[in-house]
Amino acid sequence: MTFAQRLKIRRFSPKERRQLAIGLLFASPWILGFLFWTVYPLISSLYYSFTRYDLLRPPVFIGLQNYKEILFTDPHFKVVLPNTLFYVFFSVTLSTLTAFLVAYLLNTKIVGRPFFRAIFFFPAIVPITVVAMMWGYLLNPQYGAINAVLRALQLPIIPFLSNPDLAKPSLVMINMWACGYGMVLFLASLQDVPRELYEAAIVDGANEFHKFWFITIPMVSPVILFNLVTGFIWGFQDFSLPWLLTNGGPNEATEFYALHLFRNAFRFLRMGKASAMAWLLFIMIIIFTYLLFKTSARWVYYGSEDKK
Amino acid sequence: MDETYSQANKIVQTSGRRKKITAIDVVVAFVKYTIILLLTVSFILPLYWMAMSALKIPEQVFVIPPIWFPNPARWINYIEAWKVDEFSLYLFNTVFRYCLPVVIGTVVSNTFVAYSFGRLKWPGRDVLFAICLMTMMIPGQVTMVPVFIIFKHLGWINSFKPLVIPSFFASAYNIFLLRQFFRTIPEELSDSARIDGANEFQILAYVILPLVKPALAVVALFSFMGAWNDYMGPLIYINQSDLFPISLGLASLSATLNQVGIKGLAYPYLMAVSTLVTIPIILIFFFAQRTFIEGIALTGMKG
Repeated sequence: MTFAQRLKIRRFSPKERRQLAIGLLFASPWILGFLFWTVYPLISSLYYSFTRYDLLRPPVFIGLQNYKEILFTDPHFKVVLPNTLFYVFFSVTLSTLTAFLVAYLLNTKIVGRPFFRAIFFFPAIVPITVVAMMWGYLLNPQYGAINAVLRALQLPIIPFLSNPDLAKPSLVMINMWACGYGMVLFLASLQDVPRELYEAAIVDGANEFHKFWFITIPMVSPVILFNLVTGFIWGFQDFSLPWLLTNGGPNEATEFYALHLFRNAFRFLRMGKASAMAWLLFIMIIIFTYLLFKTSARWVYYGSEDKK
Repeated sequence: MDETYSQANKIVQTSGRRKKITAIDVVVAFVKYTIILLLTVSFILPLYWMAMSALKIPEQVFVIPPIWFPNPARWINYIEAWKVDEFSLYLFNTVFRYCLPVVIGTVVSNTFVAYSFGRLKWPGRDVLFAICLMTMMIPGQVTMVPVFIIFKHLGWINSFKPLVIPSFFASAYNIFLLRQFFRTIPEELSDSARIDGANEFQILAYVILPLVKPALAVVALFSFMGAWNDYMGPLIYINQSDLFPISLGLASLSATLNQVGIKGLAYPYLMAVSTLVTIPIILIFFFAQRTFIEGIALTGMKG
């Protein structure tokens, strides 16, 4: 059935027309916003990505030059891409792991669970500027607490943020510290696992490891997927923490995708190139999400009871 | 629920296998609590270090091993640090020019849209809602440049309009969250109001809204904190220091301290303002912890 045929068949009755009008009226803020801040920007950013545009003069169409430059000749991009992949991969996997570990511990019989949950969640909502100030000081080679302790113990200091090899892992560590959202999601889902499953498993002679591997993991696997997907989407766009803490350095070790894009757009006023970078990012995110969902068929278990 | 379970468990345990609380159990419990306490300390310590460092005098800053309980504690650092820059103005900007307008815009617009997607039936609704959810996948970077150019043409650079106005146009995440709540309300309530001749505005105002106050609180809270914590938005749109929100003020504080020539107290001052910026978040979290936890758990349910 073609679209035109469909329209013809679906002649709206007066009642339907009224419903449509009211529905659209109530939804109009989003519909207008969608047109202003999504549809138009998407189209024009795609157009800009084929132009040279510095805001001062009107955009000049240059075909695929921006894309060619990014992919083949930009010396920075060769560093930015592996940087980003490293950072996103380890940030997402390790903070998901931390979140799960903490939630798993808190889900056991434990005194003061709400207290611990609050403690572990809180770092996630500390303002990002504060996070940057605080960790910048904490990790400082000369004045930071961690290195001062190391020095007092006569151990070699760790130049967390000033060593190119350590800067990315340091940022990953900070992300692990701020894993509270994931932890809350895991804890909620762990508490939803029906206890009958464990009891039945015990009857069948399962040990702790069996229960963990064959019941707990499958039951929370949808949340693992959710954390990974949202983590990857956000990770690729992460800007504020590396911008404030290392500003891409040392030696471009933390020059990530979003930073490089921001620099091109608002520091070098290369709006066309920045738009092309944004579209490549978009494509990358779509591919990653698609791959995650594709593999998820193999390892995510959707219980028969929660179809929706 | 939890209690009945644990009681049942106890009965099962005591009747099934008597006195199984052996040395192994004690060791397991010991290891478990040790791990949890170590984790707790490592999660808390950075924040403690921040709040405590704010109280130091210059001589205490550079001491090795580091001082964890400064004595004497210099509380006046908090006031002095606040006065290094125009933080009272930044606070005003953040709260009255950014956070509150955004909260109002977000709550009002998303309520209407979520009502439409969640409780009204109209042709095309499900298609539009699916599109709405898909917009969450679009990275902000793709729309960032054109949106900036729009606002530049409107002459809105160096104002809070680019940060506030879009919040009046609803957003996928909040629509989704509110819609989840709206759908839990029985349809009969709306239907009986309709029979009584109420229009949709009245139903929304008098039937639905009183029942979804907790959900609105979640949205209000998240949007307030989003604006309070936002750094990238103001970085793009605001470069006039009398319009700075507190996040930009804090981010440029170390440069400001350098300019003013404060050296010994630079770190205490930095940490003092950082702590002050965190305190409202602590308060909100303390009073609304349940709202938070439930709001987050709810958004994960679609996973």
